[in-house]
Amino acid sequence: MPIQYLKNVVTLEYDPDECTGCGRCQEVCPHAVFAMDGDRAVMTDKNSCMECGACSRNCASGAIKVRAGVGCAWAIARSKLFKTEAACCD
Amino acid sequence: MPENDGKTVAPVTCGCGGKSADAETENRPQDAARIAPSLEGHIVTAAGDVPRVTSRLSLRDKVGTLKVRCGIKRNEYRVPPGLYAVGRPDTGSPVLVTANYKFSFDSLRRELSGRDAWVLVLNTKGINVWCAAGKGTFGTAEVIKRVTELRLDRVVSHRKLILPQLGAPGVAAHEVQKQTGFRVVFGPVLAADVKSFLDQGMKATLDMRAVRFGFRQRLAMVPEEIVAHFPILLIVLAVQAALSLIGPGRLAFFDFVPVVAAVLAGCVLVPMFLPWIPGRAFSFKGWLAGVVVVLALQAYTVAGLGRVFHWRALVSSLLILPVISAYVAMNFTGTSTFTSLSGVVKEMSRAVPLMLMSASLYVVLFILTIFIKF
Repeated sequence: MPIQYLKNVVTLEYDPDECTGCGRCQEVCPHAVFAMDGDRAVMTDKNSCMECGACSRNCASGAIKVRAGVGCAWAIARSKLFKTEAACCD
Repeated sequence: MPENDGKTVAPVTCGCGGKSADAETENRPQDAARIAPSLEGHIVTAAGDVPRVTSRLSLRDKVGTLKVRCGIKRNEYRVPPGLYAVGRPDTGSPVLVTANYKFSFDSLRRELSGRDAWVLVLNTKGINVWCAAGKGTFGTAEVIKRVTELRLDRVVSHRKLILPQLGAPGVAAHEVQKQTGFRVVFGPVLAADVKSFLDQGMKATLDMRAVRFGFRQRLAMVPEEIVAHFPILLIVLAVQAALSLIGPGRLAFFDFVPVVAAVLAGCVLVPMFLPWIPGRAFSFKGWLAGVVVVLALQAYTVAGLGRVFHWRALVSSLLILPVISAYVAMNFTGTSTFTSLSGVVKEMSRAVPLMLMSASLYVVLFILTIFIKF
């Protein structure tokens, strides 16, 4: 069992009706949130999502939406304090 | 966020707090000088000469890696962007794309030993693939720009680009294909899996696609965590020394130990024992580790050193030291590979007020002890 962070908090949304079955989401997700079931993707493990945004960036049909960002406390604190964009490793 | 070569673990905390790499230029002489010893001639292609880079890592490369692991000059560790040849690639050889963070580049070229391949280095301003993808520098536009400028369509006859999977947050594969004609195949997470990925006809197993955060990987992050928290440690020690001037009693050397232990609880114990410490929020895990450290030190001073037990000292330690550990541990969210932005925002909105409250109570207690003898 992989380590999981807080439950029921991520902004990941998936609309199966929009899915074209290209399989990119499964290919790019580092935490196996998506799996292929025939010609459709299914979201199997939403709580493992880290909101990296790889799936939505590579979903040509726009079936996946997520507010992508870095889960880094320091970056978030810095962005709040200095009103800058929350980004890591600059 | 980690990106590693499989055998060893990459020092890739989410550099938060690192120096700005704004003054980036594509052709910095120091980067060219750093890579020069690894270059051996060139390969002639229809799009011009492409430098050949050896897949062997020199002692200097390894020392560089070690330094980066400890957080030394990691923002300065770059490779000039462009196309490189490993082995004797021809028009049918695979093209692998990577970042110009030298550690990323070195991991890849080492894993390609004995193979013939093209390595396309993007300008990610010296940042590793995953972080750069998050920032967009390892991005769709940069891939399109390099492929077009380098006239890759004349270097190879096929139309496939292998990108590291962790580049996906920045690169829309369908856009790249639309603009360049090259189809993007996302390769494995680890450079160590590149050979088997190629051997299996560019297919990554589910195992190759998963990002893990195992014990060894977390352990490798510890040196950089310690280095990163030195400033915090110095600030806390300075505050402690300053408070001792107005507080009761004299400060002894041993009085610094709990503070150092609290910081280490957050940046050593929490990373190492992350899955086993109860709770999901990193700050809570850090706070618990801090409580354990305080109680252990208290037990040692009373039972081991034979000092008198002061309940006030214990309460005051419990109010401030676990908060320091919690703060330090919370910063590990940026290093970890599974925390989400929404999650960390939620954690901070709950933990920070509690931390401030605890620290305020500590201050109140401290002031009271100056005026009132308990």
